[in-house]
Amino acid sequence: MDKQKTLFHYLLRLGDSGLILSQRLSEWTSQGPFLEEDLALTNIALDILGRSKSLLAYACQIEDKGRTEDDLAFFRGERDFYNLLLTEHPNGDYAQTIVRQYLLDEYELLLYQHLSNCPDPTISGISSKAIKEITYHLRHTSKWMERFGKGTEESHKRVQQGIDSLWRFTGDLFDADDIDAQMQKEKIAPDLSELKASWLQKVKEVFERSDLKMPESVFMLSGSRKAVHTEHLGFLLAEMQHLPRMYPQAKW
Amino acid sequence: MKDNQGPLWEVFIQKKSGQPYVHCGSLHAFDKEMAIQNARDLYTRRSEGNALWVVLSSAIVASSPEDAGAFFEPANDKVYRHPTFYQIPEGVKYI
Repeated sequence: MDKQKTLFHYLLRLGDSGLILSQRLSEWTSQGPFLEEDLALTNIALDILGRSKSLLAYACQIEDKGRTEDDLAFFRGERDFYNLLLTEHPNGDYAQTIVRQYLLDEYELLLYQHLSNCPDPTISGISSKAIKEITYHLRHTSKWMERFGKGTEESHKRVQQGIDSLWRFTGDLFDADDIDAQMQKEKIAPDLSELKASWLQKVKEVFERSDLKMPESVFMLSGSRKAVHTEHLGFLLAEMQHLPRMYPQAKW
Repeated sequence: MKDNQGPLWEVFIQKKSGQPYVHCGSLHAFDKEMAIQNARDLYTRRSEGNALWVVLSSAIVASSPEDAGAFFEPANDKVYRHPTFYQIPEGVKYI
């Protein structure tokens, strides 16, 4: 794969993860546990959508075929999406949503801290802005991990269930392939095995502080690098893409 | 319905450093950290300020409407207490 295609592909991975995650988080709109938290979570979704829009717009620019970020979001099928498996997983209860968001916040903070120092000015620009947002998201979600973990028997049970059911998707975060290797050679992408070690360390600290157990020897699912998804993505896309596909010229 | 949103907090925003904190509304939260985060999300998303205070509403001591007469009316006929009789130096703001 040539340089341009590799970069395009790498940007799709970053952009798609944000797009799908923000779509999932947006499902909580008006359904949150209470008004303030409803706003906080959808505010996080909006930050992530904004970042993803910039990344996908840059991907279009690199691809240079006249597509826009809307074309990428609404007119691609399931097997052309490269989002992380964890991002497409259904919300479950509020504890599970927080677990998913927390695990991704820790991952994204490390990832975008690295990307903010890369030689590509567009990626480093988007990443520097993202770091401030993610730092705030992480503050929000890590506090909730602690509140749930050390809260009542019920809240502890639910957050631990969330961890136990989502842990099998965490291997996918660090599943490096040729594109990651190529991007690492270009000094853009981080070394995912190093990133994994730092991530595990951070997650371990928060789990310990919150009286939560890290699952051991879990079979890890993978596939996002090859656009192989769980059964959930198709339904999400059907809902997200329905309107523009029915009325391609619609404006709102 | 059971009230499970946590206690009420009052939110104050400072627009710029040096200016007073102004009350802007209230919110629900279970602890201090959640209160300050909720205040940020509810009241500062459109660049309304650079600093925040949150205070438990129950910690605020308020005068009651019945006290209004005894508390505030005596001030009505004492115009000499207003600084309008003094020359205010140029450049002094917020008086």
